[in-house]
Amino acid sequence: MNRILKSREMLLAIAIVVLIGGVATRFPDFASPLSLAQAFNDTSILIILALAQMSVILTRSIDLSTAANLCFTGMAVAMLNAAHPELPVAVIILVALLWGLALGAFNGLLVWKIGIPPIVVTLGTLTIYRGLTFVLSGGAWVNADKMSASFINFQRQSLVGIPVLSWIALLVIALSYIFLRYTKTGRDVYAVGVNPTAAVYTGIDVGRTKFIAFCISGLISGLAGYLWISRYVIASVEVANGYELNVIAACVIGGISIAGGVGSVAGAVMGALFLGLIGLALPVINVSPFWQLAISGAAILLAIVLNARSEKVAGRIILKKAQSA
Amino acid sequence: MAFVLPPFFCIIMNTPAATAEHKPILELAGISKSFPGVRALHGVNLSLYPGQVTALIGENGAGKSTLVKILTGIYQPDEGKILLHGQQVSFSSAQDAFHRGITAIHQETVLFDDLTVAENIWLGHAPKKAFGLIDWPAMNAKAREVLGRMHAGHIAPEMPLRGLSIANKHLVAVARAMSIDAQVVVMDEPTAALSSKEINELYELIGLLKSQGKAILFISHKFDEIYKIADRFTVFRDGELVGAGLINATPQNAIVKMMVGRAVDRIFPKRQASKGAAVLQVDDLSHPTEFEGLSFNLHAGEILGFYGLIGAGRTEAMKALFGLTRSSRGTITLDGKLLQMRSAEDAINAGIVYVPEERGNQGIAAGLPIFMNISLPSLSRTSKNGVLQLKEELALARAYTQRLDLRAASLSQDVATLSGGNQQKVVIAKWLAMKPKVIILDEPTKGIDIGSKAAVHEFMAQLVGEGMAVIMVSSEIPEILGMSDRVVVMREGLVTADFENKDLTAETLVRAAAGIAA
Repeated sequence: MNRILKSREMLLAIAIVVLIGGVATRFPDFASPLSLAQAFNDTSILIILALAQMSVILTRSIDLSTAANLCFTGMAVAMLNAAHPELPVAVIILVALLWGLALGAFNGLLVWKIGIPPIVVTLGTLTIYRGLTFVLSGGAWVNADKMSASFINFQRQSLVGIPVLSWIALLVIALSYIFLRYTKTGRDVYAVGVNPTAAVYTGIDVGRTKFIAFCISGLISGLAGYLWISRYVIASVEVANGYELNVIAACVIGGISIAGGVGSVAGAVMGALFLGLIGLALPVINVSPFWQLAISGAAILLAIVLNARSEKVAGRIILKKAQSA
Repeated sequence: MAFVLPPFFCIIMNTPAATAEHKPILELAGISKSFPGVRALHGVNLSLYPGQVTALIGENGAGKSTLVKILTGIYQPDEGKILLHGQQVSFSSAQDAFHRGITAIHQETVLFDDLTVAENIWLGHAPKKAFGLIDWPAMNAKAREVLGRMHAGHIAPEMPLRGLSIANKHLVAVARAMSIDAQVVVMDEPTAALSSKEINELYELIGLLKSQGKAILFISHKFDEIYKIADRFTVFRDGELVGAGLINATPQNAIVKMMVGRAVDRIFPKRQASKGAAVLQVDDLSHPTEFEGLSFNLHAGEILGFYGLIGAGRTEAMKALFGLTRSSRGTITLDGKLLQMRSAEDAINAGIVYVPEERGNQGIAAGLPIFMNISLPSLSRTSKNGVLQLKEELALARAYTQRLDLRAASLSQDVATLSGGNQQKVVIAKWLAMKPKVIILDEPTKGIDIGSKAAVHEFMAQLVGEGMAVIMVSSEIPEILGMSDRVVVMREGLVTADFENKDLTAETLVRAAAGIAA
């Protein structure tokens, strides 16, 4: 399994290099360190959302409410900032984390305690969270002129030459890696994904593991809410509408199996980078936005075909159950 | 569709001698099949004769499953010929093989639980009305007719399959074969999950199929049933044909010798049972629907066998002991401490572990490497300050797999790539690493080869020698008699007997399990 995973990630890394190299043949500046660092910064929010989504997908679940959570939390902290501009950014971030965590925990509780399928739960809460955003804001926007300078500028500050937003993405990447590789719960996440029944028989609480995954997803979605609002300096009901699909697409391109149990941090990060780079590269080489959508879609399908092929190599065959028994 | 009699129906073929010169329905000649790095089959031959049962015998990994997959069109052979009624054919897909009259019944039936019996029988070739719409009344009527022919009239065509027992699902699978007038029926360990009563019903069904001139390929690990129902045998070893012939003319030892390439005495390990103190006391344990009033004591250094027919409530009782299902009444006391179990985690922490019956579904986490499967419940011990230590996990896995003589190229390989016997060793190793007080083994040797079976038995003897207490649920009487110190017999959710295994006979056990007075 590891070898295939590695080769799958290698494939993705090659695809990213080819993409950058291809664009650079016509626009050499695209491959400059500064431009690449900028591209990473532009993709940071997608990367952290993809990592959050990955924890959920690994447990054979899915979180469709991630963008709605982002929007609701973003609106909440934007309004808080507008009403109390004196509050330090640390408090804003803490509120965003807790607000997002609460929304994620709500998803998780419905999955764990009531046993509703995750896709149904989060389809419902997607609508609820967007609706609550409207209720909270009364449909009004929070514009840049209502946000405090520290609220807006926090992520743009440079630390050792790198913007804070990129540092946050790097931190989330590191924490995700540590969580999945070095903690018991992280291992349980994989076990629950590959075989939930065997996990139960091994004494792992499958529902609680899924709950934790949803909490992580909520926590990071909340953080992404603040980052998104302060990046694009506008909070509205429409923020990140449909963005959950980009997040899931990044995971799929990154080789995270929708069937659970298979996927790595490197894969999710590169999946998000690949999607982000396509979005950045195509305007540079004068491809219309409509083509961008089609090309992103084609990348998703290509990734699925490649994943399906590598699973075949692993020896997945019909009647596997009958054979292994 | 009328039920067409096969052309050779005029000859009643009950004795192999009468048909020895008869043409086989299906012949495989010089079949080879390789997978990357593995040669699964090498130039094997197999002939299936009308009205005869051919037993395919071999240890796990001998190539039986590959052969079945070639027969049923799932794999295509690299070399060799398939002749159907003397005509060379190739099966391009499972559907192709099915429509040419080759069907297979698997150990765990491959049917659709949420469809009705009739839909399962007629899926893909349902009777149609105008505009290609399914003719439901005709489909149900024809299903009833086919089931009736098989003396399975008790199965209603309208029933959803989910409600049926495994034995009845087998009947539906056979009915599906009969619905297209299948000529060849492959049975891949069909009795593995059946009780003895159900097995007898299956034998009757096989007799019926024989009398209708079907050719049957029967795969089994159990010699008693092979000798009971097979006419011919074919033995594979390491992907090669090592012997074939008439079963009556061949003694059991000769076949075993062919299988393993050496003579093996199927004896159970001898051991001095030095019974220690009572470890586990179960008193009046009851479940709302599955079992009632279960009471027994388990001592250190003891193997307690649980015998009964399928559905007697044994597995359900074990699940309650392991905290997977809640009991409605009664107590479980371990080392003098009353246990309150809410989940398997509680049972594991208390020192009770459970090797489940369905290895693939409940036992292994296919997709994770061997060592992660083994360390999964031990992670809190192998980690330091909440940080997992892969080295420790590997060391743990290495220690226990060596003890169990697990054969794998690397502990980092996916557990799914192992044979059934080695997968079972992984599950057992996982629990031994927890150093339990009580280990429950539910059908520990079901569907694994003789070599692995002996290894598991040997190992159980070692465990009790070290003072562990073992509960073994088994439906195999020789295993129960060979391994247990005491035997609890259950029937319809109640304990009907609790025997010391001294001069205990198979007959006594069967009587107790079936509720027949002595």
